[in-house]
Amino acid sequence: MAIIRFTDRPLFRNPWADFERMRREFDALFQGLTGEYPRQVGGTVYPALNISEDADHLYVRAEIPGVKAADLDISVEGDTLTISGERATGPAEQRFSYHRREIECGRFSRAITLPTRVNPDQVGAGFVNGVLTIILPKAETAKPRKIEIKTQ
Amino acid sequence: MTEKEIQVREKQEVQQAGEPTKPERYFVPPVDIYETDEDVTVLADMPGVAKDGVEVRLEDDTLTIKGTKGGNGGEGERVLLREFESGHYLRRFTIAEIIDQAKIEATMVDGVLTLKLPKVEPAKPRKIVVQGG
Repeated sequence: MAIIRFTDRPLFRNPWADFERMRREFDALFQGLTGEYPRQVGGTVYPALNISEDADHLYVRAEIPGVKAADLDISVEGDTLTISGERATGPAEQRFSYHRREIECGRFSRAITLPTRVNPDQVGAGFVNGVLTIILPKAETAKPRKIEIKTQ
Repeated sequence: MTEKEIQVREKQEVQQAGEPTKPERYFVPPVDIYETDEDVTVLADMPGVAKDGVEVRLEDDTLTIKGTKGGNGGEGERVLLREFESGHYLRRFTIAEIIDQAKIEATMVDGVLTLKLPKVEPAKPRKIVVQGG
């Protein structure tokens, strides 16, 4: 049995709090069913990536705030995409007294295997407001091909 | 590699932001706060927020930072991997120092908000000379 000290209890406990929490969780669950894809756990290497595709392209997106576009290095080799770079540390630290330090600085590098072959010559990348978007055109062999049915 | 590597950190959702009417999500931006003799500087990571989407307010001693994100892009695409979620940003602080509201500067570069809050100069001690009659 959990022991709860008398003083730990709030004076007026909202009897609906548990129901409200349940409703929020159900909302999140159904959001996952109707289009919004649930997040997969297990992104352990920075930066976390979102990858999607349409018929002709692969799209790779990452949130990399505080990095200059010049410090980002993107390369495609075969079907491996590598994103690396460095987030510079802030100004010299001696003169300041820090109240909070939550922003991490340092190097990062991530390589992933792409699900299809891509055309490495036409890879485009944009970096706007700290969000990196890489557009990779699929190789001709990987594009879906429509097959005509001949009727005699 | 001698230098530190950045680790992935899961985005934390704002717990008490009032009940939203739209199904929007608010996340807590990670911040650095440091102080010099002249000012207090706040850095906040808000990737995806444009310059126009930032709202900074200082009421009494509560500093509110809000970042509204534009569209994600990627409509009509099939998701293959999803490791992060995106949404708006919201965070509040209580500032202990007295801030000169008129001189607050905010800049937004590469998804990082830099906020300079200049302190009000303390009143200089003044010696009062008592005049003899």
